[in-house]
Amino acid sequence: MFSFCSDPSVLPDWQWFACYLTTGKHMGFYASFGTVLLLLAITAPVAMAFGFAGAMAARSHFPPLGLLGKGYIAMVRGVPDIAFFLFVPIALDQALEWLRHKTLCPDWTAPIRQGNDFVVCAQAKLPLSSSPQSVHDAYSFALAVVAFSVVFGAFAGNVLVGAMRAVPHGQLETAEAYGMTRAQVFRRILVPQMWVYALPGLSNLWMILIKATPLLFILGITDIVYWARELGGMKTGAFAYPHGDWRLWYFLGLLVFYLAFTKLSEVVFERLMLRLTHGQATMGGEAQRKAPA
Amino acid sequence: MKKLILGAAILALTAGGVHAQTIRMGTEGAYPPYNFINDDGEVDGFERELGDALCERAQLTCEWVTNDWDSIIPNLVSGNYDTIIAGMSITDERDEVIDFTQPYLPPDPSAFMALPGTDIDVAEGVIAAQAGTIQASYIADIGATLVEFATPDETIAAVRNGEADAVMADKAYLEPIVAESGGEFVFLGDDVAMGDGIGMGIRESDAELRDTFDTMISEMKEENLINPMIVKWFGEDATIWE
Repeated sequence: MFSFCSDPSVLPDWQWFACYLTTGKHMGFYASFGTVLLLLAITAPVAMAFGFAGAMAARSHFPPLGLLGKGYIAMVRGVPDIAFFLFVPIALDQALEWLRHKTLCPDWTAPIRQGNDFVVCAQAKLPLSSSPQSVHDAYSFALAVVAFSVVFGAFAGNVLVGAMRAVPHGQLETAEAYGMTRAQVFRRILVPQMWVYALPGLSNLWMILIKATPLLFILGITDIVYWARELGGMKTGAFAYPHGDWRLWYFLGLLVFYLAFTKLSEVVFERLMLRLTHGQATMGGEAQRKAPA
Repeated sequence: MKKLILGAAILALTAGGVHAQTIRMGTEGAYPPYNFINDDGEVDGFERELGDALCERAQLTCEWVTNDWDSIIPNLVSGNYDTIIAGMSITDERDEVIDFTQPYLPPDPSAFMALPGTDIDVAEGVIAAQAGTIQASYIADIGATLVEFATPDETIAAVRNGEADAVMADKAYLEPIVAESGGEFVFLGDDVAMGDGIGMGIRESDAELRDTFDTMISEMKEENLINPMIVKWFGEDATIWE
């Protein structure tokens, strides 16, 4: 990074730190903050979509669909997260590779499962062995998003089912009395009003999601906790910047990051709540109405 | 024109798929001097140098991948990478699940490391080791209390914090730590010879790849190319090939 970094062992302290904190490894650490934020930014809406679909299915009057929705919400919530994070990406990866294998290599006669091994032809590999590492990273990131979304979607689904039930029944009956169809009632009356009931539950989920991101490392993605542990660990003379056990300092840094992020989220949720409460037939909405303009 | 470009693109893609065979080398990246992530964020160490030499000799394109030690075998058999080259000792237990090449490192003793003044019988102490290593099974066998950690680094920290009386690991890993600790750590008791040497782990269904690397390792041993690497990374006293 800096011109004076060529021989770190002879540097005075401040230069040593300037060089140390700008090594390629530290750049990986800084970039991993971006990875985590990107995961959150993608997972939150996808999980909401899963949850919304799950909630709609669970409320459906068509029995198989209702069973599917209820089954999804109940099953995923009941299985430990970590088991799910190990299972979903591996199962999904093997299912995709199996499908590609069947279509791309129809002449292949050897079995796919050979003892412990899962063997597909080279063209069916996902991603291809010859793809650059960035493609592999993007692929495992996508699998991670799916795993996170499936798990958090189930929780969000449950919150949304509850929120839909909490919308005053009189509102829905009035809408029907005006001649709206069921779909119209759902779209125009139920969904716009349910958010205020769903928000406390959803904000909880968001907080848990923030804290769950270190599970990324299970999926082979180097996240901030991995880097903090790797960088903070004691380094012998095999490294250019030997140092003792500095994990405490790195984890303190993470603590600050997570706390700041939580605070920011709380502020945003508070504002959102204020907006959603506006004009609602709830205690909060009533208080807003009575407050002097 | 469009068809031509498309055709050319397909040709280029399929041609690339047939010729350029990329072997993905899986390692842990947390066990210096065997393998570690250097300050540039690249895989480095004895196994990096050896692996690159083997790949060049076999005319393979190799890509380095790091993976947690705990799941390093499951991810090999499910095909996320093609070899394990991570200071893994050849044992019968592992050989049931995966195949090994011949060893590229001769059996090297393991050792106990503790704080100075620790005076215990290792069989009665609390010993730290990395989970899933031959040292961990050894400690369990001699009847000592085993505390397992996911990474080698954490086993050292456990001794420093007093959570364990001693740590057991490959001597080559502990030696620089003892040497550079300025007296914070010392070796405890005698070295223990274990393992049948360190080899590359390869899927059982991948006999061809195993034979390739096996041949390359034989060639390098015959040309006496591995010994200088061992001395470079493990020091003058390291066990070398006869």
